[in-house]
Amino acid sequence: MAEVRLLELAHARSGDKGNTANVGLIVWDEEDYPLLLKEVTPERVKQHFKDLVQGPVERFALDNLHAVNFLLHGALDGGGTVSLMTDAQGKVFSTALLRMKIEVPDEVAKRVRGRGRCPVDGGGGRG
Amino acid sequence: MTGTRGSLAGTAPAAAPGNASARGTVRIASGQGFWGDDLEAPVRQVEGGDIDYLMLDYLAEVTMSIMRKQRARDPRAGYARDFVSLMERIFPACVERGIGVVTNAGGVNPAGCAQAVAQAGRRAGTAGRARVGVVTGDDLMDRLDELLAAGHPLANMETGEPLRAIRDRVLSANVYLGAVPIVTALESGATVVVTGRSTDTALTYAPMVREFGWPRDAWDLLASGVVAGHINECGAQASGGNCSAEWWTIPGLARVGFPIVEAGADGTFVVTKHPGSGGVVNLRTVKEQILYEMGDPATYVTPDVTADFTTIRLEEEGGDRVRVHGIRGRPPTSFLKVSVAHAAGYKAVGTLVYAWPDAAAKARAAARILRERLDRLGLAFERVLVELVGWDSTHGHLAGDPPPDLPEVQLRVGVRGDDRRGVERFTREVAPLVLTGPPSVTGFAGGRPRVQEIVAYWPALIDRTVVEPHIGVDLVEV
Repeated sequence: MAEVRLLELAHARSGDKGNTANVGLIVWDEEDYPLLLKEVTPERVKQHFKDLVQGPVERFALDNLHAVNFLLHGALDGGGTVSLMTDAQGKVFSTALLRMKIEVPDEVAKRVRGRGRCPVDGGGGRG
Repeated sequence: MTGTRGSLAGTAPAAAPGNASARGTVRIASGQGFWGDDLEAPVRQVEGGDIDYLMLDYLAEVTMSIMRKQRARDPRAGYARDFVSLMERIFPACVERGIGVVTNAGGVNPAGCAQAVAQAGRRAGTAGRARVGVVTGDDLMDRLDELLAAGHPLANMETGEPLRAIRDRVLSANVYLGAVPIVTALESGATVVVTGRSTDTALTYAPMVREFGWPRDAWDLLASGVVAGHINECGAQASGGNCSAEWWTIPGLARVGFPIVEAGADGTFVVTKHPGSGGVVNLRTVKEQILYEMGDPATYVTPDVTADFTTIRLEEEGGDRVRVHGIRGRPPTSFLKVSVAHAAGYKAVGTLVYAWPDAAAKARAAARILRERLDRLGLAFERVLVELVGWDSTHGHLAGDPPPDLPEVQLRVGVRGDDRRGVERFTREVAPLVLTGPPSVTGFAGGRPRVQEIVAYWPALIDRTVVEPHIGVDLVEV
């Protein structure tokens, strides 16, 4: 087994509904979808965010899109216009979730390594 | 004005939209994803190739309260003026090519918006050749007390609190209307339809219902329309904008083509964009947009149908075309969603920039000093938030500890509370840190932070039978 970042397994978009942020995760390769379901559970996600998400975490599977949708309740300091947060509308919560590290079989790690990073600026280089 | 209020039937004129279905498909172009989106995008949609309809979404959740404030100052205001100047530019092309326009630009004054649009049409030389439909009945502000007295609690969907608790702070209250009145307007010969608060998705699927004559209980077809609307409603977010999937490979975002839905009578549709435009339409861009602002994907509630997003089938056809089909729907609920905006105190955010060395340590020290001063002044806030922009403002503790050689960081401190004077005083405590706090600080030239009145959003449900009799459609001749 090897450790990869979720960024290497999936891409994502997030948004808001009131004080709840949503993050949709979509696997790069369809074959990795079962791995996503197994490893990226609501419990793991709640543990990842800790106090950044005050309420419960819900997960909905979209098998048809090889994607999952997370609802992060109480993540936006009241949400929209009330919130004092820079990311009051949860626009980049997706990237915070993509930081998560998960254990995958070696062959998966080998296949996905480096995904999701811009080849010019990724990894801190200046190209 | 020709009143069609109360009537859901209309006479279809010979002119303009309504002929697309003869070709078997209808092409509905997205031209605006929010109030403030790319002003040139709708022009590119009209000029870049064949379309039958242009949909323009201008209303975010709290936009209505901003518009209500504008109308309080000027009774003729209260709608998206950008839409009027846009129509003046594109009216001739829309009339000549029979392009229908459907928008929620009407805000809290759809009738005023329609009058302004009609005038714009005359200035653009289209007098006598276009008709503006106006959808009304979404505004509950004047009916609130009557509704509360009649036993409609309008309780907050998130907290369960009844509206009575904040009744005296309410600034606006609007019901999300669906496609029915828009279809009525189109059937009555409207070539431009202006609504107030309607669902974003209805702006896209009302033209499909109109063109294909879908019955009101064709749940699967309506659900397909809802998915098409969800894909269209955020503009370029479906065609390469804000796409996290290898964003560096997406070409030509400077002239990004906004999405176009090409729908058939069986509900199947293709998401595409004009040839030669920038951006990209592929499985990744479409999937990301489908998941945007998603709740329970199996239960996407609208006034017309409840759509099941777990039934969507996608096929990439290449050439910036993604086929969408298989969508299932079920009957809508007996409720409509109400968006209430209310005053909820005050907030202010102040920023300063600290430079290397030890930028983060200096910023944190400054924040501690500021908080101590606020305490000494006896100021209590409901919330004080300290962020370091450039380090932890978006990822919080996940960013870890900042490195000692961080070149610079912006200290961002926000406060929120019911007492305006307290928030006001906070705004005077930020600049003094420049000469009385840690060194190598700059970036305060913008002046004192501004006190903002918070307009909060209160989602509620209401029995649809008390709303529907009040929905009306009026027509204004250009």
